[in-house]
Amino acid sequence: MVLALVEHVEGEPLEESLQMLTLAREIAEAEGESVHGVAFGDGVDGLTDRLEDAGLEVLYMVSLDGIDRYAPIAWAASLEQLADETDPAAVLAAGTDRGNEVLAHIGARNDLPVVANCLSVEVGETYTLERQRWGGSLIEHARLRAGPKVMSVALHELPIESAGSGAPTVESFTPELTEVEHLVTVDRFEESEEEGISLTDANVVIGGGRGVGNAEDFDKLEELAELIGAAVGSSRAAVNEGWRPHDDQIGQTGAKISPELYIAAGISGAVQHMVGCKGSKHLLAINTDPEAGIIQKANWAVLGDLHEVIPAITEEIRRRQGE
Amino acid sequence: MDILTCVKRVPNTGEKIVLTDDKQAVDASGLGFTVSPHEECAVEEAIQQVEQHGGTATVLTLGPEDASDELVTAVARGADEPVLLEAPDTSADPMATADAIVDYIESRGDGEVPFDVLLFGNESADAGNYQVGVRVANALGLPCVTGIKDIELEDTTATAKREVSGGWEVFEVPLPAVISVKEGINHPRYASMRGRMQARRTPIETVEVDLAGDERFEMVELEVPETEAAEAEILGDSADAASAVVDILEELEVL
Ligand SMILES: Cc1cc2nc3c(=O)[nH]c(=O)nc-3n(C[C@H](O)[C@H](O)[C@H](O)COP(=O)(O)OP(=O)(O)OC[C@H]3O[C@@H](n4cnc5c(N)ncnc54)[C@H](O)[C@@H]3O)c2cc1C
Ligand SMILES: Nc1ncnc2c1ncn2[C@@H]1O[C@H](COP(=O)(O)O)[C@@H](O)[C@H]1O
Repeated sequence: MVLALVEHVEGEPLEESLQMLTLAREIAEAEGESVHGVAFGDGVDGLTDRLEDAGLEVLYMVSLDGIDRYAPIAWAASLEQLADETDPAAVLAAGTDRGNEVLAHIGARNDLPVVANCLSVEVGETYTLERQRWGGSLIEHARLRAGPKVMSVALHELPIESAGSGAPTVESFTPELTEVEHLVTVDRFEESEEEGISLTDANVVIGGGRGVGNAEDFDKLEELAELIGAAVGSSRAAVNEGWRPHDDQIGQTGAKISPELYIAAGISGAVQHMVGCKGSKHLLAINTDPEAGIIQKANWAVLGDLHEVIPAITEEIRRRQGE
Repeated sequence: MDILTCVKRVPNTGEKIVLTDDKQAVDASGLGFTVSPHEECAVEEAIQQVEQHGGTATVLTLGPEDASDELVTAVARGADEPVLLEAPDTSADPMATADAIVDYIESRGDGEVPFDVLLFGNESADAGNYQVGVRVANALGLPCVTGIKDIELEDTTATAKREVSGGWEVFEVPLPAVISVKEGINHPRYASMRGRMQARRTPIETVEVDLAGDERFEMVELEVPETEAAEAEILGDSADAASAVVDILEELEVL
């Protein structure tokens, strides 16, 4: 049996969790077993419908006494108690903030190794696996011997597949929690005012790096972005210079974007930047240096000064719109 | 507020990652070293909290003698006490790393944790195990919050915020606590040349550690993933390329 933490927002499973289930099913199949899902909170009806084809035999809906928001240790304790009952070969979660945190607690509380951000697993007595390191710019080949195998699954690397299995059997579960397991919970939620198009949702992202030269010249990027409904992002260099807020940063320690088109202007193409934009369908680089690494990774390049090229693009669009 | 911040030294890789011949590590020759941006921010947070509340900012790294460079950088920025847990290299697994950090913390207190806050990065830059802080917290019986981008400390509690889609999840935990932070929580200051010169004179508490590796997880080798080398079509070398760019925008139907 493979126990899989399925995260959802009000009954809508996260894409990342559905991707994780692709690997969970593979492991279960190789083990000759089935996948049991674990979900927390409300939204049961919607969730089972949405998991119709996910290949789950059972879905445990966990309710926690006196806790109605995210609580990492209580989640970990719930998975542990379910594991005690079902003796799984592996415990999986998507490599989200929550997934990695909950699995880390399970590892720490039970003295088990935890392998973060797995890409593939070959099942046997010992699992032979591949996982991401350096935010996705390196792959590690490794072996895992413990039981159960506790693993998170890398984000946006695996396809979401339909297992055509029919809806899972739903079972309610209420774990017994100690006081300590109640201790860390989300006490409240504060909404943030999102303005404009977010980096992760935008169809086109225009990124500026050190080559932009100062905070003011990002206006040129903003102007073009506004005209075409794009979002403006940046490299870490531009954030470190204080030209842009960290929210705009794309990369290993910033946002992961997947637009139809990424226009990278004055950005050299460091691996830590590129892992944040590798989901982009197309890449256009604007750079004065023909040797810049980003040129090798781009579909198109303009080998010129972004301070001239970007306003010229804006002007050309206005001209065509005027026609 | 007495704060311990843990940082891990990693190669400062740039445009490409090159592996050593045996594929066991990143070839760091000529690259220099750094720590994860998350950890740079953890150090900055410790310094700011100590500036605000008083106390000491201790910074710890587990690694070879050379890793003390990262401690010097932290001291140059404003940390007070550097601690090196000396090991042959930084490749210890997260369990052994956490054990060594726990042993050190326990050796400093008489049965009590001698810090109010233990700061970690959300994940190390090179290994990305997402767990050393959580393991330390569990071993010491401390509450733990991860992925934090805002911290307010009071005498006995920490209010910590984690960014999620559409807003912030707010945790309140009693001190002492383990908090792992993400880049963006603050804007780290640079270390001045002069600060660095002075920092070099700060004595480093050095403790040799004996790492028992966990045999249940074993790295075989590293691999640099193949990226398809796109043959970029050069659209021009000046503002004259604008027309070709807009043609592409039209083709992709993103206007
Ligand atoms: C652990 C770790 C994590 C990191 N995480 C991130 C991350 O999340 N995101 C990130 O971006 N970086 C990250 N970095 C930093 C990364 O390694 C690079 O330092 C950074 O991405 C460089 O930014 P840049 O390309 O803007 O600057 P540079 O490398 O300085 O490149 C500037 C480019 O602009 C070009 N240029 C200059 N003038 C012009 C002009 N007028 N017109 C057009 N082009 C011009 C230059 O030819 C050059 O190619 C991380 C580093 C580490 C070690
Ligand atoms: N060798 C080390 N020395 C000091 N701190 C470390 C070391 N390895 C990991 N850490 C800390 O633990 C955090 C999480 O690491 P990891 O579990 O490897 O992702 C890092 O951001 C550091 O704060």
